[in-house]
Amino acid sequence: MPRVTGVGPAYRGCEWGIGLVVPLQKRRSTWDDIWVTTAPPVLCLVSGDEELLVARAVADVTALARASDPDTDVRELEANSLLPSELDEVLSPSLFGGRRVLVVRNGQDAKKDLVAALLRYAQEPDPEVSLVVTHAGGAKGKAFAEGLQAAGAKVLRAAKLTRPKDRAEFVRDEIRRLGGKSTEDAAEALLSAVGNDLRELAAACSQLMADTDGRVTAETVNRYYRGRAEVSGFTVADAAMVGDVPAALEALRWALQVGVDPVPIADALADGVRTVARVAAAGRGNPYQLASALGMPAWKIERAQRQGRGWTPEGLVDAMRAAADCNAAVKGGSDDRGYALEAAIFAMSAARKAEGTR
Amino acid sequence: MTGVFDSLVGQHDAIDTLRRAAAAAAAVVRGEPAQGMTHAWIFTGPPGSGRSVAARAFAAALQCADQGCGTCAACHTTLAGTHADVRFVVPEGLTIGVGEMRALVLRAASAPSQGRWQVLLIEDADRLTEAAGNALLKAIEEPPPRTVFLLCTPSTHPDDISVTVRSRCRVVTLRQPPAEAVASVLVNRDGIDPAEAAWAAAAAQGHVGRARRLARDPQARASRDKVLGVPRRLTGIGAAFDAASSLIEAAESEAAAAVVEVDARERADLQTALGAGGTGKGAASAARGMTGAIRELERRQKSRATRAQRDALDRALVDLAGFYRDVLVDKLAAPVAPVHADSVEVAAQAAARWTPESTLRRLEAVLACRAEIELNVKPRIAVEAMMLALWRG
Repeated sequence: MPRVTGVGPAYRGCEWGIGLVVPLQKRRSTWDDIWVTTAPPVLCLVSGDEELLVARAVADVTALARASDPDTDVRELEANSLLPSELDEVLSPSLFGGRRVLVVRNGQDAKKDLVAALLRYAQEPDPEVSLVVTHAGGAKGKAFAEGLQAAGAKVLRAAKLTRPKDRAEFVRDEIRRLGGKSTEDAAEALLSAVGNDLRELAAACSQLMADTDGRVTAETVNRYYRGRAEVSGFTVADAAMVGDVPAALEALRWALQVGVDPVPIADALADGVRTVARVAAAGRGNPYQLASALGMPAWKIERAQRQGRGWTPEGLVDAMRAAADCNAAVKGGSDDRGYALEAAIFAMSAARKAEGTR
Repeated sequence: MTGVFDSLVGQHDAIDTLRRAAAAAAAVVRGEPAQGMTHAWIFTGPPGSGRSVAARAFAAALQCADQGCGTCAACHTTLAGTHADVRFVVPEGLTIGVGEMRALVLRAASAPSQGRWQVLLIEDADRLTEAAGNALLKAIEEPPPRTVFLLCTPSTHPDDISVTVRSRCRVVTLRQPPAEAVASVLVNRDGIDPAEAAWAAAAAQGHVGRARRLARDPQARASRDKVLGVPRRLTGIGAAFDAASSLIEAAESEAAAAVVEVDARERADLQTALGAGGTGKGAASAARGMTGAIRELERRQKSRATRAQRDALDRALVDLAGFYRDVLVDKLAAPVAPVHADSVEVAAQAAARWTPESTLRRLEAVLACRAEIELNVKPRIAVEAMMLALWRG
């Protein structure tokens, strides 16, 4: 993570929205380029739809421009309502000179004539103007994004972080950015407590930094955050399948608390039994070899093999029965759907212990 | 005497009632005092016994000057579903909604255009939603003088038809036609070989349409054979899951084959009607509401596909239940004919190995699975639980 050297302390940390976002290793080079030059880019494309990262990218460019000229004029425009004539107006040289930053939001919604006008401008950009186009990064308006890139625009990626590892990395970078230190398990704990929304995560990081001495460990996180934000039916099913009733019930309560619908939870319970039963029936073997025969990913087979210990075929029959009954119960068969799910968890645990009723 | 009621198989009592009512109705039309006609009827009976056939025939008898001659224009148009005064409601989706019902009730209130009767015929009245049932109830409570409501449901159980509607209707009960009657219909009307007709009639368990399909459609036979092979294939847990997924997939592909062409055609028709692909001035604004209309169509099509899938699965489960019944019949040496005449040896082998209790448990598991699918349990989960129960016994 490069330190912010070229801009001075004026904007660093003054607001969490402003600062350098470097969520990923592979993304660093683009950002480094900006900071090495320290001059605001003339053309800039922010590609991606993670709102926080887009906002930060725009704020960074603005801050760079402000650093080189405090009187920079910043204008934000929506691409779908911007007319080419207005564009000419805002891009034409100012009588008084000075830097300007023009942010065109939602570049994917730009109409044809606006795209043409912007790309024409991109061929001969005004060095006094920083043009920032944000683009959702999808297939819509792709030609526009590619045209800007071809014209030499700096590309700042702001795609959604989908992998858990990326999000953990984001948390650690965030704490580092705020001048603290964190451990791997601290990031994991924060993710499970706060959830996957980057804004919430960023806010939680800055709150933690304000509350602590800057060293964030799993213990620190657990002191300030309790519970789980993201619990799916599969969390419940995984605990239920290994016979861990307390953990399954806890996960179930959390899931219902955060608004997970009972129906997918019931489906996940049935899926858990099905997976274990099918993997157990396939016999012992290398998960990677079984993967194609069972039509499941290898990691799922591996987990099911671990969960399958302690189950008998008879027990699985009873567990599947409980899962099917539960499925009927959550779809209107029962007055209390939460109770139906709890009863199913108990029934599955009983089936595992009793090794079948007959 | 030939007539519209000939298409009913083995339902003499019901036909007598309906003939008398049709005669009374004709007297009412002539302006004479008559008894025996009612403004609302419910036709009940097991699937395939001909509920909708009976209702259609009765509608034709009401419209015909000769009380159902079967040859006049009124009979022909009614049976073909094109008579101006007979409104058919044949739900393709899972339910009949209240909006649809209100429109139908409004139309049913008008006077008959051809001077006889205004008929509203609802097939599968058990698919009426609660609100739709109430909308219908209001019309049945205070009927216009020449309007007749004909409802078809499997039974008069409150699950099928609300008690308030039922109490205002006259019930015609159809019985499950005996296999011999179904077989003779197949022989006489469809020209099917007697031995084959007897087999198909027994395998269809009194369902006339299914018997005809089994006798004529090799694909229906192949899928039935596959289903009857299931009990032998259940050698372990893995096999049970495989059997479940093959049963589900067969039902899915059967349903998809039934609806995919119609779906595509309907969609293309709707797009054409809404001006898709048009160019020039005004084309864009004409197409503006199109996505909404298409989405609505897709929603209806999805409902229809779900129903087709459940129907296909239900047929398979009925066949399977028939097999376990045969095993039980064999075990108890009951003096009744087997359902699946072609799989008696397999049934006898199974009967030698299983106790009557375990056979009964298996039969119950199949029936429970049918009930669960009706309760909207995910078909895959219900079938898997059933297969595991069948394996364990």
